[in-house]
Amino acid sequence: MSAPRFLIRGAQIGSGSATDILTQGNVIAAIGSGLDSAGAEIIDAHGLIALPGLVDLHTHLREPGYEQSETVLSGTQAAAIGGFTSVFAMANTNPVADTAGVVEQVLALGEAAGYATVRPIGAVTQGLEGMHLAELGAMASSRAQVRVFSDDGKCVSDPLLMRRALEYVKSFNGVIAQHAQEPRLTEDAQMSEGEVSARLGLAGWPAVAEEAIIARDVLLAEHVKSRLHVCHLSTAGSVEVIRWAKARGINVTAEVTPHHLLLSEDRAETYDARFKVNPPLRRREDVLALREALADGTIDIVATDHAPHPSESKECEWGAAAFGMIGLESALSVVQESMVETGLFTWDDVARVLSITPARIGGLASHGQMLAVGAPAEITLVDPHDRQVFTTDRLAGQSHNSPYLGIDLPGRVMWTIHQGYATVAGAKLIATDIIAAQAEEVRRG
Amino acid sequence: MRHLLSTSELSRDAAIDLLDISEDMAAVADRENKKLPTLRGKTVVNLFFEDSTRTRISFEAAAKRLSADVINFSAKGSSVSKGESLKDTAQTLSAMGADAVVIRHGASGAPAVLAASGWIDAGIINAGDGTHEHPTQALLDAFTMRRRLHGAGSRGKGLDGVSVTIVGDIVHSRVARSNVWLLKTLGAEVRLVAPATLLPVAVHTWPVTVDYDLDHALGESAPDVIMMLRIQQERMNQAFFPNPREYSNVWGLSNARWIGLPATTLVMHPGPMNRGLEISSAAADSPQSTILEQVANGVSVRMATLYTVLTGNREVHA
Repeated sequence: MSAPRFLIRGAQIGSGSATDILTQGNVIAAIGSGLDSAGAEIIDAHGLIALPGLVDLHTHLREPGYEQSETVLSGTQAAAIGGFTSVFAMANTNPVADTAGVVEQVLALGEAAGYATVRPIGAVTQGLEGMHLAELGAMASSRAQVRVFSDDGKCVSDPLLMRRALEYVKSFNGVIAQHAQEPRLTEDAQMSEGEVSARLGLAGWPAVAEEAIIARDVLLAEHVKSRLHVCHLSTAGSVEVIRWAKARGINVTAEVTPHHLLLSEDRAETYDARFKVNPPLRRREDVLALREALADGTIDIVATDHAPHPSESKECEWGAAAFGMIGLESALSVVQESMVETGLFTWDDVARVLSITPARIGGLASHGQMLAVGAPAEITLVDPHDRQVFTTDRLAGQSHNSPYLGIDLPGRVMWTIHQGYATVAGAKLIATDIIAAQAEEVRRG
Repeated sequence: MRHLLSTSELSRDAAIDLLDISEDMAAVADRENKKLPTLRGKTVVNLFFEDSTRTRISFEAAAKRLSADVINFSAKGSSVSKGESLKDTAQTLSAMGADAVVIRHGASGAPAVLAASGWIDAGIINAGDGTHEHPTQALLDAFTMRRRLHGAGSRGKGLDGVSVTIVGDIVHSRVARSNVWLLKTLGAEVRLVAPATLLPVAVHTWPVTVDYDLDHALGESAPDVIMMLRIQQERMNQAFFPNPREYSNVWGLSNARWIGLPATTLVMHPGPMNRGLEISSAAADSPQSTILEQVANGVSVRMATLYTVLTGNREVHA
């Protein structure tokens, strides 16, 4: 029996009332008021909200292959400072995560770093090329136990290949996470097609290119009775398609990114490439439709699509810049700003879309449980009253391509507890060697 | 005016000031000594990432008539393929002491990025960026219209009530965008004519009327000005139109359509022309054609632009 570790005093669990939480080893040992510290380290959490450790179903960790942008270590440090205790790592690395070897390597790097549970996502097709299925079964039965498969960054546009993938993953209860983008309709596309793109002279990415693929895929999922997850919904029309599919009983889940909940296409007006992202920022009407859909459950989760890039990929003309923005460090603040401050969400809802449901979709039993006695000690403590200008001081990853720099945002993650130990204490990241040692200790049991 | 990036940022007064200064500059061209000492000691860099001999020599002539030192920097190819970034190029020019940078770039917004970057302190003049804008082209077009319509009495005037029909590849045209905003600001009524494939899907948000049919548009009322845009034949490979013959038949200013226009309708083209495709030779070479005047006026307008940007003329409010 391990010793008491942390006594969190006076935290409000989700939308509930203030209480104490005692952790022991890597589980929650007791919840209640006036708990005895029994030698545990005391965290004064009065005024803070306790959430189950956040789970990101859509992260680009860039390793192997693009270590100038991010590594598994730096990306999970960004995750920890943002309150995440688990991230699902997308497959578009180099080599692509399309074999058991690569996913096991990413898994092992995550375990060694110790900042968060890293669950690799496997590619749907070999090399993300959309031609041949990757070794989905081998990845599923590997030590990484891959359950989520995605060619994210590219769409599985071939309808027959998509059908086969949906069917094939049924044997191990997998899910295909689709990046919905009709490639022919988005050739050379730079931003959302509409009033702003017409004025700025940037090639348009029409909403229909996303909506048409989602419509096709929900019908395929229905036909083969499989499970579909739709990445980063960005349009009001996509929401309507998902709403229709769910009403019909189709087994589909959908995600939205924090940036699509807050930012709109007019940010492109200065040609500041930090706002270049795929799918692109859309109209204000789309932003509001996405918020409503998240509030009413049509959209199941928020996932960051954290996409680190080195500065030279963004400090250039819009057309030459890379798509993508980082999001792990800012996600919770952006969800608070767009959903809680607007009255659409309680903190229990935040726990649902940023922890409980993403863990369920990804088949991650060790995370995403309500904070209760016996639940794993995966805990995020956030100060909701903090409000300040978001700066690079808040970033812990390797890249700085955040669209929020200079923007006023609420909320600050004060503590992140992963596998029973703190990765973030007093809003400060715990040092790499200490975390690696703690993780090693947990692995040894 | 610190930079000239887009005609949309010009107020009516600022635009008319620029056109009036262009008149002053045009008057200099009629003198025996065409050179003014105004920009002596200033360095103007022509930074061309795309080939455009016409625009470059027009800016070069303009700068030289104002006694500025001119450096031509041809950086053909995208920054990525060339290996040097826009940032490095800008910092290099800054280190050389450029006072103004005239930039032509294939990427929409590249001049705006340069102006906002802090990499270089020079005034930035957009000489055409991707499919975004080409403000000095629109200014010279407006200048040309004003001179033809008002002659010696042009100064101080806008283009109020003047009907301008722009025909062709609007969606890919920086000339069309700059003209739409400037003509609107100056009080003109703009009509765009093109197949729907060559119009932005959001064209209904622009301050223009739209017609898909050139004969219908010209039949309703003959415009004061018809501006034909260059059509790129490669577009037919991307299904914008079936082939050049069909385009020419439906949207070209053929002899028959030109003859049907009143003798007062000005025929404009920003060049270079595809004779026989978007415009017939008879129309291009007619007395109503302003095509060569546009070239001459380009130098005057660019002198006015360089003068305004480099001397920080306070009377021009952007």
